[in-house]
Amino acid sequence: MSVTTGPVTNWRRPQVQQGWLARLFDSKIFLIIACLTPAMGLLVVFLTYPLGLGIWLAFTDTHIGRDGVFIGFENFESLWYDRVFWGAVFYTVFYTGVATALKFALGLWLALLLNENLPFKSLLRAIILLPWIVPTVLSAIAFWWIFDAQFSIISYVLVDKLGLLDHYIDFLGTPWAARWSLVFANVWRGIPFVAISLLAGLQTISPSLYEAALLDGASSWQRFRRITAPLLMPILAVVLTFSVLFTFTDFQLVYAITRGGPINSTHLMATLAFQRGIPGGQLGEGAAIAVSMIPFLILATLFSYFALARRKWQQGGDDE
Amino acid sequence: MSKADTADEGAALSWQSKQRRVVTVYVPLICFVIILLFPFYWMTITAIKPNAEMFDYKTYSPFWVVSPTLANINKLLFETSYPRWLFNTMLIAVCATVISLVASVLAAYAIQRLRFKGSAYVGLAIYIAYLVPPSILFIPLASMVFKLGLFDSPFALILTYPTFLIPFCTWLLIGYFKSIPYELEECALIDGASRLQILRRITLPLAVPGLISAGIFSFTLSWNEFIYALAFISSSENKTVPVAILTELVQGDVYQWGSLMAGSLLGSLPVAIFYSFFVDYYVSSLTGAVKE
Repeated sequence: MSVTTGPVTNWRRPQVQQGWLARLFDSKIFLIIACLTPAMGLLVVFLTYPLGLGIWLAFTDTHIGRDGVFIGFENFESLWYDRVFWGAVFYTVFYTGVATALKFALGLWLALLLNENLPFKSLLRAIILLPWIVPTVLSAIAFWWIFDAQFSIISYVLVDKLGLLDHYIDFLGTPWAARWSLVFANVWRGIPFVAISLLAGLQTISPSLYEAALLDGASSWQRFRRITAPLLMPILAVVLTFSVLFTFTDFQLVYAITRGGPINSTHLMATLAFQRGIPGGQLGEGAAIAVSMIPFLILATLFSYFALARRKWQQGGDDE
Repeated sequence: MSKADTADEGAALSWQSKQRRVVTVYVPLICFVIILLFPFYWMTITAIKPNAEMFDYKTYSPFWVVSPTLANINKLLFETSYPRWLFNTMLIAVCATVISLVASVLAAYAIQRLRFKGSAYVGLAIYIAYLVPPSILFIPLASMVFKLGLFDSPFALILTYPTFLIPFCTWLLIGYFKSIPYELEECALIDGASRLQILRRITLPLAVPGLISAGIFSFTLSWNEFIYALAFISSSENKTVPVAILTELVQGDVYQWGSLMAGSLLGSLPVAIFYSFFVDYYVSSLTGAVKE
């Protein structure tokens, strides 16, 4: 902070008085360093260093309040034979895959609907973004109540109103029901983000392209397939990367609704790492679980990088 | 497809009749809106229901409330430390936002306007920092927080939140700075303004929409943050709203659904109100950040 208050005193100084301080603030190298220090300092101390520390902790047997010693791959070896860990890996991949596919299918549909000529367009857009704005944990608590075994409103509608089922569903009591319930909650929260981002992408597509296609007699499917899809692809790739990344490392929703239960069937890697690391006290093992997520994240980042690079090339091609 | 709808996609012309449009556009849209909003409705209606109605679906319709009560909200405000949690959350969110904004403005200005060798790489590094999720950082950060003696203090959160706020804000502001013509700054340089005068008098006033977007986004993200607040804070009076509702209001096997829903509702309201004032900024920063 001291760096940022420095310039303030300088502005009040009369310009004629070219003191050493004024000259210092006109030197470009000094300015660059001064401007980058706060951001880079915070990021290096609280992001880069912990990232390295996390990898180091994964190779130690650190507990809370006690420094560990280097134990090589022992944490990873014990994880290799740990059924709960593999269950968490399976569910993380399943959760990410299914939830992302649904979010994108429904989000794209919603974006296409919103792109039509509608009354109250901006109000509609504001309402749709609401699930994404509200704290995840708080909406997760609402879902917890919606998925209640005895008083679930979904069961009530299905059983008592529509008569489709003859018994209440135990949403969070059996493994697969709980897994799908969490996916549903995640999709509910993710659709607005996908829809609004893709809507922005749709709005950049020039209407004249559609007019030209219409004159050539293209069907609506052909227009979607040949114009909308390719032009939406770059933004879709970026949104997809972010969505995969944040779904893969999700924590709040699962922690709030099931805490990994029943019988560890809904643990994500992040919730398992938390459970072993913080309440369990085994920081080393928790860090090993967290570090196991890194290869997946690197894959997603590389995908994003190449998608961005491809976009630049595409823009160059479009400009002419 | 006929030529009729070339001019105006929305107009009900030729065979694309009104009925067809109702089925393909309005019905799915209304379903989406109902599903997206239902949890909020359910939250609200549960928060004002007396217990007798909440657990009796046979005599009362669960979708409506016959005799609304403020008992749940009352209990939350006066029998728990909810106001205190609200204050903590507000304080932490505001401090983290201010720190992140100052740091991001300077960093974005340096990267976008001072144009030095390797500025593109610094920009890329910040972008990559945005891709590092809190879920893999909280364990080493917890051990750092212990060592620094910040455990259970708001500073633990005020200092760690900028790690995910700065990358986002910087990225957003780089985009805004890019849209300001460079010529304006050149003119000022010729007139003898110093670099910092340029930043304060020219670049910042023109980037105000960007600053607002970055600010409200940071505020919301800090308000919603959960995993750090859960891991670094242990005593009840220092907790933030999302953590406190989940850990303090859930006791035993019988859940107090009424007060849980009231807590969720009150915890969501500040963000929702804030959001309603700045909807356009939210949308533009969300889409702007994605497009960059």
